[in-house]
Amino acid sequence: MVVKVYGPAYGSTKRVLVCLVEKGIDFETVPVDLIKGEHKQPDYLALQPFGAVPVIQDGDCTLYESRAIIRYYAEKYKDQGTDLLGKTIEERGLVEQWVEVEAHNYHPPIYTLTLQILFASKMGFTADENLIKESEGKLGKVMDLYEERLSKSKYLAGDFFSPADLSNLPFTQRLVSEMGKEYMIRQRKHVSAWWDDISTRPSWLKVKDLL
Amino acid sequence: MAGIKIHGSTISTAAQRVFACLYEKDIDFELVPVDMRAGEHKSEAFIAKNPFGQVPAFEQGDLYLFESRAITQYIAEQYADKGTALTCPSKTEPMLLVWKEVEAHQFDPVASKLNWEIVIKPIFGMTTDPGPIEELETKLVKVLDVYEARLSKSKFLACDCFTLADMHHLPNINLLMGTQLKKHIDSRPHVSAWVANITARPAWVKVLALQNKQ
Repeated sequence: MVVKVYGPAYGSTKRVLVCLVEKGIDFETVPVDLIKGEHKQPDYLALQPFGAVPVIQDGDCTLYESRAIIRYYAEKYKDQGTDLLGKTIEERGLVEQWVEVEAHNYHPPIYTLTLQILFASKMGFTADENLIKESEGKLGKVMDLYEERLSKSKYLAGDFFSPADLSNLPFTQRLVSEMGKEYMIRQRKHVSAWWDDISTRPSWLKVKDLL
Repeated sequence: MAGIKIHGSTISTAAQRVFACLYEKDIDFELVPVDMRAGEHKSEAFIAKNPFGQVPAFEQGDLYLFESRAITQYIAEQYADKGTALTCPSKTEPMLLVWKEVEAHQFDPVASKLNWEIVIKPIFGMTTDPGPIEELETKLVKVLDVYEARLSKSKFLACDCFTLADMHHLPNINLLMGTQLKKHIDSRPHVSAWVANITARPAWVKVLALQNKQ
């Protein structure tokens, strides 16, 4: 049975798609147009009551929240494809820690930058230059902490690629490509090397341009 | 296994999540107070435990962890056979994963900002900013509507057992229930019953008692 993934064009969904490719799980994508408001239609809300992307359907199972979906497949298919969760409970603890860091410290400012810089005109509001400056400042501070961590550890959770690294891919790609802020990555030696490593993984190359 | 130390404050909502988990699991721990008013969480000694300068930090022998929801996940897994399970009967129950994320990304951002403005700022002698409150309250109501629909079909958020997904809500719900916003919980029968149920748990009562001991 093929997993149906809604909203492939968007960053949060791409996290899930990378995970599915890493685990060798077949999927099909269903476009959702957020600008047109398709995510607020009753049919979509029946699947994802908070009106956000992604949502997946796998047989009878409907799941949403990208990091929940990733954890689900990483556990369910532990013995298939890339092992994403570490070998011990302690390693898993570190994976969870750095996923939480991405979710609560990295994602909020980079998401604000994405909306303000890339979507303001499409969504009909004026970009707030102060907010952009403030968010870049916050993101830079988190990147400094990534730099420190990655000077001691090959990947964020340890010496293995995990959801902690994966979760950073989609929005960071937009930061370096479309938002013109590649310097934020290149100014930080270990973040730069880490970025070159994870952004050239076949799984990312396969999903990054999906619409 | 080495003893557990939690570096934090008894009034920190994030630290309370971890205390609740340890009490549910009936696991002894040492509370190492971090004086946030004095800025201790930004000191070099604390930053060594959590480079983000946030409480709580977890210490067990050589293992250091931060981020409350990573810590509770670790405790629940490491001590799976002790105390309350905090997971669903089916080990890979996906709804547990979903509702933990919902708490973290839909409920917490709204509830914690409201609590910050209405409850915490006055305690520290700062003025509540009425500006964001109306919009946040509207968002809270929308989230609670989704919860009401869910809890009309399921005894707890993830399944029919009390899990981490429910437990993670306790610190912010506790604060909200002390404000006028409690009317939004009281007016939704399933949410109201769920709140009454989870806030009456002995482990949570112990977390609140910690505040009185300090």
